[in-house]
Amino acid sequence: MAALRGTTRHAADRNKMALTTIVLILTGLAVAGYLAGARRAYASVGGPSNLRRLHSLPGYHGFFVAICCLLPALLVLLLWVVVEPRAVVVLVTQGLPEAARGLSEGELNLLINNIRNLAAGDVVSGQVDAMLTDAALRYTELSRLGRTLSAVLVFGIAVLGAVLAWRRIGTDFRARHKVESVVTGLLVAASSIAILTTIGIVASVLFEAIRFFREVPLTEFLFGLNWSPQTAIRADQVGSSGSFGAVPLFAGTLLITAIAMAVAAPVGLMTAIYLSEYAPPRVRDVAKPLLEVLAGIPTVVYGFFAALTVAPVIRSAGEAMGLAVASESALAAGLVMGIMIIPLVSSLSDDAIKAVPRAMRDGALGLGSTRSEAMLHVILPAALPGIVGGILLAVSRAIGETMIVVMAAGLAANLTANPFEAVTTVTVQIVTLLVGDQEFDSAKTLAAFALGLVLFVVTLCLNVLGLQFVRKYREQYE
Amino acid sequence: MKGAEARKETRRKVEQSLGRRRRKELSFRILGVGATALGVTFLLVFFASLIAQGASAFMQTYVSLDVEFSREHLVPDGEPDLQFGDFDALVRGALRAQFPDVTGRSERRELARLVSVGAAYQLRDALADKPELLGTRLAVFLPASSEVDMLFKGKIDRSLPEEQRRISDLQLEWTDRLVAEGRLERRFNRALFTNGDSREPELAGIRGALMGSFYMLLATILISFPIGTAAAVYLEEFAPRNRWSDLVEVNINNLAAVPSIVFGLLGLAVFINWAAIPRSSPLVGGLVLSLLTLPVIIIASRAAIKAVPPSIREAALGLGASKMQVVSHHVLPLALPGMLTGAIIGMSRALGESAPLLMIGMVAFIVDIPAGFTDPATALPVQIYLWADSPERAFAERTSAAIIVLLGFLLAMNLAAVIMRKRVERQW
Repeated sequence: MAALRGTTRHAADRNKMALTTIVLILTGLAVAGYLAGARRAYASVGGPSNLRRLHSLPGYHGFFVAICCLLPALLVLLLWVVVEPRAVVVLVTQGLPEAARGLSEGELNLLINNIRNLAAGDVVSGQVDAMLTDAALRYTELSRLGRTLSAVLVFGIAVLGAVLAWRRIGTDFRARHKVESVVTGLLVAASSIAILTTIGIVASVLFEAIRFFREVPLTEFLFGLNWSPQTAIRADQVGSSGSFGAVPLFAGTLLITAIAMAVAAPVGLMTAIYLSEYAPPRVRDVAKPLLEVLAGIPTVVYGFFAALTVAPVIRSAGEAMGLAVASESALAAGLVMGIMIIPLVSSLSDDAIKAVPRAMRDGALGLGSTRSEAMLHVILPAALPGIVGGILLAVSRAIGETMIVVMAAGLAANLTANPFEAVTTVTVQIVTLLVGDQEFDSAKTLAAFALGLVLFVVTLCLNVLGLQFVRKYREQYE
Repeated sequence: MKGAEARKETRRKVEQSLGRRRRKELSFRILGVGATALGVTFLLVFFASLIAQGASAFMQTYVSLDVEFSREHLVPDGEPDLQFGDFDALVRGALRAQFPDVTGRSERRELARLVSVGAAYQLRDALADKPELLGTRLAVFLPASSEVDMLFKGKIDRSLPEEQRRISDLQLEWTDRLVAEGRLERRFNRALFTNGDSREPELAGIRGALMGSFYMLLATILISFPIGTAAAVYLEEFAPRNRWSDLVEVNINNLAAVPSIVFGLLGLAVFINWAAIPRSSPLVGGLVLSLLTLPVIIIASRAAIKAVPPSIREAALGLGASKMQVVSHHVLPLALPGMLTGAIIGMSRALGESAPLLMIGMVAFIVDIPAGFTDPATALPVQIYLWADSPERAFAERTSAAIIVLLGFLLAMNLAAVIMRKRVERQW
């Protein structure tokens, strides 16, 4: 057994090792290319004294050779790493006897897994027969062939690229322009990662959500009042269908968000007003960083605090007043979430208040208004769009918050507006549906992606709206 | 005369309202003080309760017992066998020698539960270190079980009826006898920092989670810092004002506000299911977290680049440098400290993040300490989440301790960022 384990490690490490070695050798080649290119550039003008006759500095010629050596080879390597495992599986499958190829997709996957495990020297589920051994041998052979082939191909391309680049070097060769355009290309690529991420989010969530809506109609999901995603394993069991009406989740999310905002909006706004208008500089210098610490505490810590400290306090306080409070009440989660959001509201409100021209405030004070009157009747109305924008961003934050509700709010999908009862939220359900081993084709798993889609769309709208408010308003006084 | 009359009337009205207005002013001000105080008070209460709960977890109760490394148990067939030697029997024997009056089978079993199951491993390691211990008798400090630990730390209510506490009356009596003999001692809880996760609270440690977080953050910074700074350089220095760069900008601002759990969904669908990167590995965690921190790093880096005065660029351009040379020779070195500050802040956000990691399988119960980017691992915040769910009291204490460690790291990172910003802040 121990010996078997040992070989597994080796088999898994071999691929990694091969890859690391290839990359290391490529780097070495690129360095050599750099040196050779720079040297040829020197040689083409007959030594460092005539450097002025070169169009580009020798270093650029060196970089040009290195880039031509490295870039295409790395691209090919990347492509190879992505394509090879799939290609090997396809080839191995084609080599299987007729009977095995007729299996269903799931069984075939199991078979392929067994072949892979056997090839790696790992534990195999089920009988090891001649067919499996054959296939495993084939698999090993193809993998080895792939490794050799990839090394030959990658190094060939690298050397070829370097040599071609090296031959172009000469007095008039504009190496700097070439290098700079490659670098610019890389910069553009880096900046488009942000767009790729958004596309990735939309695509991954949307595709799975569409698969979900094929099984569960959209209207049932959006307007159904009953949420119990437990689908039974056998069709004849009780509750086999599972019901996916998400209204209780939306209501629970709204309830907790409302509680959080009821804490965060007034407290955050008043904090911003006090710190910008009343507080002596020394108080401000202490209080502001302290409140920022509040924003830096990880949400899982808030969750722990809500579940183990705040919830019991609320429960015993409720019992003392004769109220029935669930141990995982919406109130505990909402209150703690509100405190977490205070710094966000206060810093955005602070920005908005600071952006109101001083002349407006001074004018109001000069006409004899008290400071609170100036604030309430002049500054706040002027700052209102910015504050509203900030609150919208805070709402979006509260809706998307996960850890606090996972730890402190319950799993029971109650449709209620009573803050003392347990409710569940969209994010809690996403986590519970996806944690643990899942197949990717059950409605239960796909439902998480449908919820994710709703979450993404709602928070996106709030963010766009909020940012619009904040920005438009800033421009107004600039 | 009429004007004077009216003026008087106005004056009277203003004076009349003055008291009310001053009261309003005062109450408004008190509201402001109250709101600010609320946030600060919460912070203080929070830290106080955290330290009150967690400080004791840094200490662990040990029992001093005279252990005989008897050949009978350790040398089953001729030679000392570390793997199959019955070290548990040594612990049981030592306990029996301590309490000779305990005879019944079930009582003896209860007696054995005073000491942690980790005690046998400790004895094995001791023997592996010093083979000459075989056959000798030695006073050893062995870790007590979590129940004895909790009792000794005063976290179990003795007045409760027996069935409502996790420690029986007999065990209570034995513990008291050990205390009376001075055999219980609190020592620094090394297991907390050297062990991986465990089902036994007294053996559970955060080493595995710390290493998981370390590898994940390493992957995150290696991916997100180069890409983030490159994107920032492009957007600040090269991008033409057109639709494309507007689109990129809107995207970055929105990504910064997308709920983190959505990034977890992306990681699950793209990195695990499509690209087949191993589940639960620091690599996939690092990929997800780098997408998450990218907007933070880009925004901070752009601010740093913007702070470099245009005169420097113009001087370099005037001396014949190309645009790329201006950026790489002058702008980047000057903006680098600011970019690094942004990177540290991004990393501290990544360190505290847990929701997306739940999606990509980093919540598994993992005992082994990860040693690379593809080993199954968990992260410190996720470990906190897992422990917070455990019913044992001893885990609540350890959760607080893990939180203190996490907050310590975050504090250190943020302090580093603040100091760095202060030192490089430059008036042009």
